[in-house]
Order: sequence, then structure tokens, then C-alpha cells
Amino acid sequence: MNFFRQALAIAGKDLRSEVRSKETVNASLSFALVILLLFSFAFDPGSEQTHEIAGGLLWLVFAFAGTLILNRSFARELVNDCLDALISSPASGAQLFTGKCLANYVLLLIVECICLPIFVIFYDARWPRQFWLLFLVMLLGTWGITVIGTLFSAMTVNLRLRELMLPTLIYPMLIPALMGAIQLSTVLMAGEPLGADNLIWFKLLVGFDVIFTILAVALVEIVLVG
Amino acid sequence: MAPENICVHSRSFAAKIRMTAVAIEGVWKFYGDFPALQNITLNVDGGACLALLGRNGAGKTTLLRMLAGLSKAAKGSITILGGDARAENTRKRIGVLGHGIGVYEELSAFENLRLFARLYGMENPRQTASEWLERTGLDRVSDGLVREFSRGMRQRLAVARAFLHNPALLLLDEPFTALDDRAIAVLQGLLKGALADGRTIIMSTHQLREALELATDVALINRGKLAFRGQRSQEMLEDPGWLYRHYGEA
Repeated sequence: MNFFRQALAIAGKDLRSEVRSKETVNASLSFALVILLLFSFAFDPGSEQTHEIAGGLLWLVFAFAGTLILNRSFARELVNDCLDALISSPASGAQLFTGKCLANYVLLLIVECICLPIFVIFYDARWPRQFWLLFLVMLLGTWGITVIGTLFSAMTVNLRLRELMLPTLIYPMLIPALMGAIQLSTVLMAGEPLGADNLIWFKLLVGFDVIFTILAVALVEIVLVG
Repeated sequence: MAPENICVHSRSFAAKIRMTAVAIEGVWKFYGDFPALQNITLNVDGGACLALLGRNGAGKTTLLRMLAGLSKAAKGSITILGGDARAENTRKRIGVLGHGIGVYEELSAFENLRLFARLYGMENPRQTASEWLERTGLDRVSDGLVREFSRGMRQRLAVARAFLHNPALLLLDEPFTALDDRAIAVLQGLLKGALADGRTIIMSTHQLREALELATDVALINRGKLAFRGQRSQEMLEDPGWLYRHYGEA
């Protein structure tokens, strides 16, 4: 319980700071809306071909916009050397990481929940038929992005080019999770039922989340302290 | 060895551990190929106040960061209060005041102290935060955001953050630098109180007069090497530059 109490204290701190500054959510949301708009110019929203790649477009928007939130996750701790104060506190690297992950997850989901209806309007998707399944895919895919992004945010926090390095490092790592989320979202947004052949993508998403959560929690202490 | 001898030996060893708050044994630290610290061996007794002196870049901050568990030694060992610097129980008993103030701009003074009281596992974080706001004269602005604070108020808040869990060991990196008069008075009062309570203090500083007034022990680091380690003498107090002239770089 103590583990989660301290992790929640860190998550609460991050969310409270974000509510007051709104720096990452505003930037991420604006960026997501701009990409959605640009995609709607690039692809004919009513065409069958666009429906076939709708899941891909949606997750590209989520991944791009998410990077802006994840980039700031540890970078915001550099102001006043707050990261040193956190690391020297009794909170372990795993607790710090879990707290950061939870805060990032909430922020990413907020941006995604605002973007999704706009995406539906722009691209005439048929998601409401299977909304809860699509939401489950969003939860799983977003957790994958969050875990990998938060770990690499910690890794790149002291780099001068961290804004460039983070997407360069995380997108290749995210390929399995994004593939699963894209495949499932495309089927669900087309209003088609999920068949047995799609189950493998669910398993991939769940497996990715579990494996990388365990790995990240185990490795973050080394990432932060060396 | 007879069992009674083993027992006596282990008891004297335990007493030694209790006496030694910080034991640094043959510590090396490299930044790339550059040796920032070279074979530092240094013990600090419980209840002592060690002034860690040296020119800029001598390695004082590097050593303090390792003691605070913020980085690891390339070689050698560090034992703090009988445990590893990164052990949770050790960190609970260390207070760190580094170059940065370590408080959040978007949180209020109260929220900052409550957060750290929670992280340090204090039983009543709200009460602890309120008490320390009062002790540092920030109770009137407890709900004000740190971003709206003056520099002196921020520094007093940072001092409160470092002291709020009643640490047995205080690690202070340039604690008097850029403090206003009020913050210096608050810090000196707290440090004197901490020493009177038998806590251990290690502070790096360039402000020799303030540091030597408090210090019981002195260590001088020159280019990563320990040049002097001993008790603070009357000579040092009367002439703060004495140590640098005798043991500093030419």
C-alpha cells in the first residue's frame, strides 16, 4: 500500500501542476487537432480507403500528440532541481516511475477522449456501435505508449536534444503496440465484429503492456541513478 | 576464535558503526575519462559538522551527490548511517539541500511541504507541513504558489523541505549562497539546533566564516583528492584563509 501511496502522491503532484499550468495538455491538444485537420485534407474522409486506414490515422495522432506530454514528464522536474529532491527522497525509482506513468496516462487519455469524437466527425467513422471495445483498445494502447514514453523521458531528461531524441527512440519501440492498436481500432471503427483472428492483436497489446511495465519498473532505478 | 571473543568483537564493531555516521572508503568518480574524485577516504562521526571545502570544480558537489544517493561511485564504497546510500531506510534519515531549491513552482508552499512529508512517510503530513511553514515564517503565505514567491521565501521553503523529516544526516551544498539575511538566520538557527540534537551535518561551502563557525571538522578537496582532513582549529576560525594557504593548491 505504501508503494501506491507514494506513487499517487507523485501522480497527484504532476496532475495538480498540470491543471494550474496547462502547458502540456494545451500543446498536445492543439497539435492533435492540427494533425487531424491536416489528415482530413490529405485523405478524402468519405472514401472507403480512408476507412481502411482510419485506425492508423487515429493512433498516429495519439502517438504524435502523446510525445509532447511525455517529453515534459521528467523535464518539468529539472526546474529548481526537483528531480534531485525526488530521487534523494525515500520514494524508490519504481514509485517515482509509477506515479509519473499514472499522471501521463490520465493526461494522454484526456487528450485522446477529446480527439476521438472530432476524429469520428471528420472521418465519418462508425465507432459508437462498439464504443466500449474501442475504449478498451484505447486504454491498452495508451498504457503501452505511456510506459515506454515515461521510461525514455527519464532516460533523455538530461540530454540537450531530448525533444528530438524521445520520439526517435520511442516510436520504433512502440511498433508492436501500435500495430495491435491500429489493427483493432480499424476493425472496430468500421463497425465490424472482432473475430477470432483479431484476438492475437489483443494478446499482443496486453503482452506488450505487461512485459514493458515490468521491465520499466525494474530498470528505472538504473536509468535515474546509474 | 572463541565465541565470547566474537561477541566482544561484534559489539565493538557495532559501536564503531554507530559512532561513524558516514564512511567513505577509496571512492573514485569519473566523468568520461576525467577523474572528478580520486581515492577519497573519509569518515564523519555521528553528531559532527564537517565543512567540505575546496575551489570550484574540486569535487565537493560530486561527493555530496554520491552521499545523497544521486549518483554512484565508480570504485570504492560509501556507508551512511550503517547502510547503503540508496537504501530506503537510509534516505528517510537524510536531508538534502542542493544547489536548486527542489520545490515546485506550480504548487503552493503548503502543497510542496505536504508532498515531501508524504514521500518521507511522515505520520501526519498536513500537520508537519503547517509546523514547518510556521517555523520558517511562511505560514502567512502557505497557500501562495511558489512561482509568486520572492527568492528569500523560496529559500526558506527549501530549508523547510530539507529539514521537515528530522533527518539524522544533513547534506548541504553551498547552503548560505544567495540566501537573504532572514534565510541565513533561519538556516543557522536550524543547523545549531540540529547539532545540539546530535545530528550530523556535511556542508560544502565557499563562505568560510559562516561554515567554520558551525563546523567541528574540516575537509579540503583539491582537484578530486583529499588534501586535508582534521578537526576545525582555532587558527582556522581566526583566519579562514589559513587552510587554503597551507593545504590548498599553489
